[in-house]
Amino acid sequence: MDQIFHRMGDGSAVEMSAKEIMTDLVEGSEDAAKRGEITPLAKEAYDYLLDIYSSPHKFISVEPGQEVILSYDAGTLKIRRVGVHVDRIQALQIYEKIMGADTMELSHVDYSYKPVKHIAGFEQPILEQALLGTHIPLFYGAQPNLGLYSQPDGPFPNPGELMPMGKIKEAQDSYEAAVEYLVKDIVFVASLMYESGADGINLDTTGGAGDADFMAALLATEKLKTKYPDICIELGMAGEFVLGMHSELTYKGERLAGMYPHEQVKMAEAAGATIFGPVCNTNTSKSAAWNLARAITYMKACCEVTSIPVHPNMGMGVGGVTVNDHPPVDVVSRSSAAMTTLCRLDGL
Amino acid sequence: MAITHAHASGIGGMRAAGDLVARMHMSRGMRIQEAKAYGAEKLGVAVAELTDPIVMTEVRTDLGLGVLTPLPGVPKGIEAKFNIARVLDIDINCVKRFRERTKF
Repeated sequence: MDQIFHRMGDGSAVEMSAKEIMTDLVEGSEDAAKRGEITPLAKEAYDYLLDIYSSPHKFISVEPGQEVILSYDAGTLKIRRVGVHVDRIQALQIYEKIMGADTMELSHVDYSYKPVKHIAGFEQPILEQALLGTHIPLFYGAQPNLGLYSQPDGPFPNPGELMPMGKIKEAQDSYEAAVEYLVKDIVFVASLMYESGADGINLDTTGGAGDADFMAALLATEKLKTKYPDICIELGMAGEFVLGMHSELTYKGERLAGMYPHEQVKMAEAAGATIFGPVCNTNTSKSAAWNLARAITYMKACCEVTSIPVHPNMGMGVGGVTVNDHPPVDVVSRSSAAMTTLCRLDGL
Repeated sequence: MAITHAHASGIGGMRAAGDLVARMHMSRGMRIQEAKAYGAEKLGVAVAELTDPIVMTEVRTDLGLGVLTPLPGVPKGIEAKFNIARVLDIDINCVKRFRERTKF
C-alpha cells in the first residue's frame, strides 16, 4: 500500500502505511482508556481519523455547523513572545480584528497571579481602556503557579528539598500553607480585574505544581463565585493527570492526586467554574495519530460527564498538536477538526 | 496556530457571530448548541448563518453590534457592547460598570 505523509509528536515528517496509522490510532486510544479507565474510541472514529490522515490535502476543517468558540491562554503575551512590539491593547485588537478570535485574554508577561498582585493597579487601567475599544469578550488571565510560594522564590520551605530528606509531613504542611497564600492572591487579583469590567477570569495551567496547585485553583474559584455570582471563570489544566505532589489533598471528599480530565471537570464544576479546559500531553516519540486518538479519548470522556462548556487545550504540545514552537498547519488543522467533530465539546 | 484553529473550527469572531455566541457561554454557562440556538433567535438568523460573514456583517451593522471594518458613525467598542447586551438580553460586566461610573 502507498505510504502516507505523517508526522511524529515532535513534528518531524515520516511516512507510514494506512495499516500502521490505524494501529497507532487504536493503541493511542487504548492507552488513554487504560490509564483513565474510560471507553476507547469506536470504529467509526478510527475510520474518520484514518480518512483525514490519508487525505492529501494540507488543511482539514470541520463541516459547516460544527464550529465552536475559541478561547486563548496567555493571549497578549504571545504577541510579545514572537517579537512583535505592539502595546497589549493593540495585541487584543490584532486578535479581534485580524485573527478571528471569539474571545481574548489580557495578560502580563510574568504570567502568574503572585507577580501580578504587585502591579494589579497598573493592569486595571489597561484592561479598562481595552474594554472601551474592543468588542469581543475579554478575560484577564494568569497561572496559579504554586511553585512561586516555596523557597527561594517564596516564604515556605521547599517541598522538593524536604521530600528527599524523608520529611513528608513537613512537605505536605508547606504545600498546604502555600495553597492558602495562593488562593488569597488569585482572589485579590481576579476581584480587581472583575471590578474593572473583565468579562471573565482565566486560571491557566492549573495543577502545574501538582494537586496542591489544582486545590488552590478550585478554592479560589469557589471564593470568587461566592463573592461574584455572575463571574465567568475558565479553569484550564496543565496536564492530563494531576500529579500527587502532596498526594492526600481532597476536594468535596475526592482525592485530587491522580485525577484524569473526566474526573477533574467534576471538581471544576463543583467549584463553580464556567468553562473547563482539559489537557492531554503530546508524546514526542509517538506518531501524531497515536497522540490525537489518545487526546480525543480523554476529551470525549470529559465532555460527556459534564454540563459546563469544555474547551480542550490545543496549543503547542497538547491535544494532539505537535511539540514545536511552530506547529505545522497539516497537524493542527487535523487535530482541530477531529477534536471538534468527535467530541461533544464547546470550544478550543 | 491560532489562525489555523480559527479557520478549521472557529465561528469566526467578529467576522461572524463568534463573540456573541461566546458571550452566552460566559454569561449563562450555555453549551455550544444551546448558545448558538439562543444567539440565532435573538439575532433573527438561522443557526447556520452565525458563521457566515456576509449575513452577519449585515446583521451586525443593522443592530449596531460592531463590525470588522468600522464605518463612520457606526457603534464601536463600548457603544457596540451596549447594543450587544440589549440584543442578547444579557449583562456585560464593563457595560454595567460604564453605567455606574457615568450615572448613565
